[in-house]
Amino acid sequence: MKADPHGVLTGTHFIDGDHACCEGALAAGARFAAGYPITPSTEVVERFAARVPLVGGCFIQMEDELAASIALQGGVWGGAKAFTVTSGPGFSLMMEHIGYAAMTETPCVFVDVQRGGPSTGLPTLPAQADMMQARWGSHGDYEIIALCPNSPQECFDLTIKAFNLAEEFRVPVMFMMDEVVGHMTEKVIIPPAEQIEVVPRKHTRKSIEDYLPYGTNGDMVPEMAHAGEGYKFHVTGLTHDERGYPNMTPQTQDKLVKRLQNKIRNAADRICLFEEDRLQDADVVVVSYGITSRVAQRAIDLARERNLKVGKLRLITAWPFPDKKIVELAARVKAFVVPELNLGQMVREVERAASGKARTFAVPHAGGGVHKPEEILNAIVEASRC
Amino acid sequence: MLNVLDETVNPVEPFLRTDRMPHIWCPGCGIGTTVNSFARALIDSKIDLESLALVSGIGCTGRVAGYVKLDSFHTTHGRAIPFATGLKLANPKLNVVVYSGDGDLSAIGGNHLIHAARRNIDLKVICVNNLIYAMTGGQTAPTTPGHATTSTNPYGTFEPAFNLPHLVEAAGAVYVARWTTFHVRQLARAISEAFQKKGFSFIEVISPCPTLYQRRNKMGDGLDTMKYYKEKSKVKNGAPTGEVGLTLNGEIAVGKFVDRDRPDYQTMMRAQYVESLGERYVEEPAAECCYEG
Amino acid sequence: MAKGRVSIVVERCKACGFCVEFCPTHVLALSSAFNSKGYHPPHVVHPEKCSGCDLCGMYCPDFAIYGTKADLKSEAAKAEKASGGAK
Repeated sequence: MKADPHGVLTGTHFIDGDHACCEGALAAGARFAAGYPITPSTEVVERFAARVPLVGGCFIQMEDELAASIALQGGVWGGAKAFTVTSGPGFSLMMEHIGYAAMTETPCVFVDVQRGGPSTGLPTLPAQADMMQARWGSHGDYEIIALCPNSPQECFDLTIKAFNLAEEFRVPVMFMMDEVVGHMTEKVIIPPAEQIEVVPRKHTRKSIEDYLPYGTNGDMVPEMAHAGEGYKFHVTGLTHDERGYPNMTPQTQDKLVKRLQNKIRNAADRICLFEEDRLQDADVVVVSYGITSRVAQRAIDLARERNLKVGKLRLITAWPFPDKKIVELAARVKAFVVPELNLGQMVREVERAASGKARTFAVPHAGGGVHKPEEILNAIVEASRC
Repeated sequence: MLNVLDETVNPVEPFLRTDRMPHIWCPGCGIGTTVNSFARALIDSKIDLESLALVSGIGCTGRVAGYVKLDSFHTTHGRAIPFATGLKLANPKLNVVVYSGDGDLSAIGGNHLIHAARRNIDLKVICVNNLIYAMTGGQTAPTTPGHATTSTNPYGTFEPAFNLPHLVEAAGAVYVARWTTFHVRQLARAISEAFQKKGFSFIEVISPCPTLYQRRNKMGDGLDTMKYYKEKSKVKNGAPTGEVGLTLNGEIAVGKFVDRDRPDYQTMMRAQYVESLGERYVEEPAAECCYEG
Repeated sequence: MAKGRVSIVVERCKACGFCVEFCPTHVLALSSAFNSKGYHPPHVVHPEKCSGCDLCGMYCPDFAIYGTKADLKSEAAKAEKASGGAK
């Protein structure tokens, strides 16, 4: 369906990524947010707090991230599209509730504007060191989707995508920004509402007698109901059956957890977004995401000027990881170069998927700044020689 | 399953997920008894069950959510109150009850308890206090009286315990009452009163845990404990909450301690926006149509 | 005729004893029978004293017993039917 025009600030704006993310959420139909202040993410909800009384909906600043990360889920079950926003230390606190959202199949968005870590780290400086945590941070087996914008424009566009994926798959989506993308100010074009596609809540049309809260009709994503509609359903974080009732047996566990995993993995082709450039004749592929991808672009251009056959694969979807694409490339390229603002996280995925068929060169960075193009260029040169 | 050949129905039956009976609570546990009072309150208050949502945390009392035939949410340990806050703010038409235990609400959930009371969020909180962490095997809770034996204080507790009515009154609750599982009718009435109130209501129910708390402290079984409640309870409506703390074998002050009026969170929110924004304020609940049809 | 009647869901009972203790007119006692879990459920020893107050039901933590007020008209009709009253 089309976006609700009340939430769409159509026009050409000069805003930073945090602000653009907020506008993306509003355009996607989010009308509830629960937040807790943490640098460098706070502006997202500050803007939401200012916009929502003029658009409709509710914002509440909760007493901590534990509260924020579950209050937003109460908002979802109450009938709203909801999200929260945080950075490293808050992301860590939210992990239990990310798991709860995955287990109860609560569609929602968690925005992490990554900063230097671990612990308090570098509150005002960038990193990309929460990437593995986004995937594995909570306990147990579960799948999430993670998106990585690399510009304020993408902070707008991809936030809408994040909400759409959350609703389609009834899964928490991690929106992995970084401090630079969050605080860089660029042109952001917000189109008219009728040009924005939003995915509505997968609400059941079944009668109260026939509805099964976690029953699936073969597509692995159950239909939802909201509190207050008479369905009298039960939601629990315990391992549950199709009625939503606790059923703590190995058989139910196997069925449930595998469905939670497969509903995402089986749709990976549809979910995985990436940007390609000059891959057809490439010997070396630079795999990057977020702000690093912009530095990598410069390095790739410089390398091409030197006649090195290097191509770009920019991950827009970090999770599920685009295994297939890496496998396809590994079969014909010499090496991957993976620059990241961390000491090696997504590079492990590239290496795993490449399975030894191509070499992998990490270009780590402890965070606090961005790579110099030369650092990535040097790695490309080295990779080209292997 | 009924061993009785008549057409009468237990008045509490329509509120139960009978397909999940029997429940997991021990013989002599008082949680089921509180559910009867809750059901009675629902009947007497003529609450619209379709707009009632029940949220619980983790623990023995947390299992109530799974046994009631309502929109019910069994959430994470200590976080029933913020989840309930989200539900209520997204859809203000909902009547939201939080039904959880003393450990869940006052230990791990303590921060959320005091902030929701401070904000006067319109929630009805039923805190079943069995003075212990029961589900996990009988560990000390913030409400365990001094000199009790628990699994994590095998030589006796020595920490001062929370006086929950005092805590929530200080934090801002508008309705504070305490009863025991012996006081079935008074408890039902208190819950009914809470339904009439707008704002943060807190009802503490002292309940036996015969398997752990009572057994480890050689206090007999559930029935012995109920008799103890009958003997040692003293109705002290309006008592200063500072004076209603519990001890190992002492008097149990019960009654309605606080019943005051102050605007609830959503009333204050609305008033603030109207004052600041006037005509520009768009008052629309977050749970507007996010789906087609 | 008693003003009320007790119904007992024998299989749910865990013999906690609350109903027996707190019935204001001492209608109940724990029986010597067993349910399938091995508990002694209560049984009615003084049916004529039951007022249908449902305190037993309010106390029962297992939803295994409840009292209802006797509907005198329908009780009489049942009694007539049971004794083969023609219609």
